[in-house]
Amino acid sequence: MKLRRRKSISYAKYGYYFSIPFVVAFLFFALYPTIYTALLGFTNSKGIGNVNWQFLSDPFRNFNVILNNRSFRLSVINTLHIWIVNFIPQILLALLLTAWFTSPSIKLRGQGAFKVMFYLPNIITAASIAILFYALFGYPTGPVNYLLQKLGIVDAAVPFENLTSSARYIVAFIQFWMWYGYTMIILISGVLGINPQIFEAAEIDGATNAQTFFRITLPNLRTILLYVLVTSMIGGLNMFDIPKVMYNGGPDSATLTASVFIFNQAFAGSYLYARASAASMLVFIVIVCLSLVMFILMRDKDEHQQQKAQRALRRTQRKLRKSSGGAVA
Amino acid sequence: MRRKISSGHVAFRIIAYTVCLLLALLSIFPFVIMLINMTRSTPEIQGATLSLIPSTHFMDNIQILDGKSFNAIIGFKNSFIISASATLLTLYFSALTAHALIAYNWKMRKPFFTFIMAVMMIPAQITGIGFFQFMYKIGMTNNFLPLIIPAMAAPAGVFFMRQFMLASLPLDLLEAARIDGAHEFYTFNRIVLPLMKPALATQGIFAFVTSWNALFMPMVLLTSSANYTMPLMVQLLRGDIYKTEYGAVYLALTMTVLPLFIVYFSLSKYIIAGVALGGVKG
Repeated sequence: MKLRRRKSISYAKYGYYFSIPFVVAFLFFALYPTIYTALLGFTNSKGIGNVNWQFLSDPFRNFNVILNNRSFRLSVINTLHIWIVNFIPQILLALLLTAWFTSPSIKLRGQGAFKVMFYLPNIITAASIAILFYALFGYPTGPVNYLLQKLGIVDAAVPFENLTSSARYIVAFIQFWMWYGYTMIILISGVLGINPQIFEAAEIDGATNAQTFFRITLPNLRTILLYVLVTSMIGGLNMFDIPKVMYNGGPDSATLTASVFIFNQAFAGSYLYARASAASMLVFIVIVCLSLVMFILMRDKDEHQQQKAQRALRRTQRKLRKSSGGAVA
Repeated sequence: MRRKISSGHVAFRIIAYTVCLLLALLSIFPFVIMLINMTRSTPEIQGATLSLIPSTHFMDNIQILDGKSFNAIIGFKNSFIISASATLLTLYFSALTAHALIAYNWKMRKPFFTFIMAVMMIPAQITGIGFFQFMYKIGMTNNFLPLIIPAMAAPAGVFFMRQFMLASLPLDLLEAARIDGAHEFYTFNRIVLPLMKPALATQGIFAFVTSWNALFMPMVLLTSSANYTMPLMVQLLRGDIYKTEYGAVYLALTMTVLPLFIVYFSLSKYIIAGVALGGVKG
């Protein structure tokens, strides 16, 4: 026992050595830029290529300006709007498909192929998808317009790219289309992680499919559902690629998300780095809060698993000790 | 009991299959339109944008693309250099950091892991302005390095590797290597890394695709079109010079999508399994 402890101390330094590259890279490329961005929020930094700045006499001016900026407020509303319109159908469809795919009585065939198809849009470059859908919703000639006209739904081609009412929903639809497969796969793996004995017990008790799903599957999926919700919210708050490439926040700021707003403030027009930094930090605070929820959630799960493993280990040890008459210590 | 409700099950199955087939069609249909229209000319597409019959203007469309701002070869080359290097860095240093967390008993081990979990969810793009100014100051804009080197610190990668190692790295093996006189660093490179191959492959696919698809940071840092990555090339297709070149735009899109199609369909089994492991992000 003594010998082993001495050994682990002598090797402990390698734990530090091997973490150095990660820590150094993190400090330089993640922590420093974060602090830098936070600081810039209190300065007058602006102008392309201008890296000289002074701290403002009124440190919170940028934050006040941003919070009272109509475009920023609109961008936050847009972001939430697009996220909600995409997330609700996404989680409902993913849950429905999860119920079908994991139901022992339906035994859906070709699940592997379906999963591959549903997940496909998620892996394709979002910028390419944005351009593809821009072409599909093209005006006056685009497949969607062609279809709508052939089916007699509209008389004349719809100018989607100038239509404020539909732009947000088109972006939300693309987000939905890209992400429901991912959500479904996560949920299915969550269901497969539930103790099968619970399902067996339910079957013996004569529970119907619907009962099993609502009374057993859903409550046991709580943690995973929360994980999906929080990660999707964080991703949604950063929604950038589709609205930027497809409509550049337009038409008439209808798809101006928080990230597109920040980008356009900082890297276009008059290059208002300071103001964009203040906006970044406001979004950052929200994301940190969400991450915190996630972190507490996952830490508990991890610790719970470790405790379980330790208990199992102790049980086995006890058994071994009993069977070998205390020889194994 | 099963027989009694089997007719209900048949109807249920028909509905389930129909919905699944429709969704599968929805996934693939936009790409089918893309593949067909890349062979058609502008007048053909203007006549009927939706057609399931390929035409013969593939070469013409290639010629239209030639010499314009969109350059798939340059985009592919740049993206490949960045993504491949970033992936290698992520894999090696994630594994090394995870190894430090698993194989050694050091004082800061727990706090360090807690820290990694805490920062895992924070997206890099939110602090993009500070990162840009930092890079601008040291003259690193229009350089690939700022898009590659930060991949050394990938908290999600470390987390994933640690979970895998926790389950499958036999610590006795390290002890045996020590007895044989192997240096710790040698043990990691020659014994631990090869054992991690399945996890490295899974993590590698996701790290590569994430880096390949990235738009925000490359857009901020790369301003010269000679340095454009594939997603930056793609967004040029929104430009006015492509306004009426319908077939050529679809062809250009195909060029950007095809490499991912090949990767996806040849590795789909691993990718789906990787997604199911959850939390795997580049």
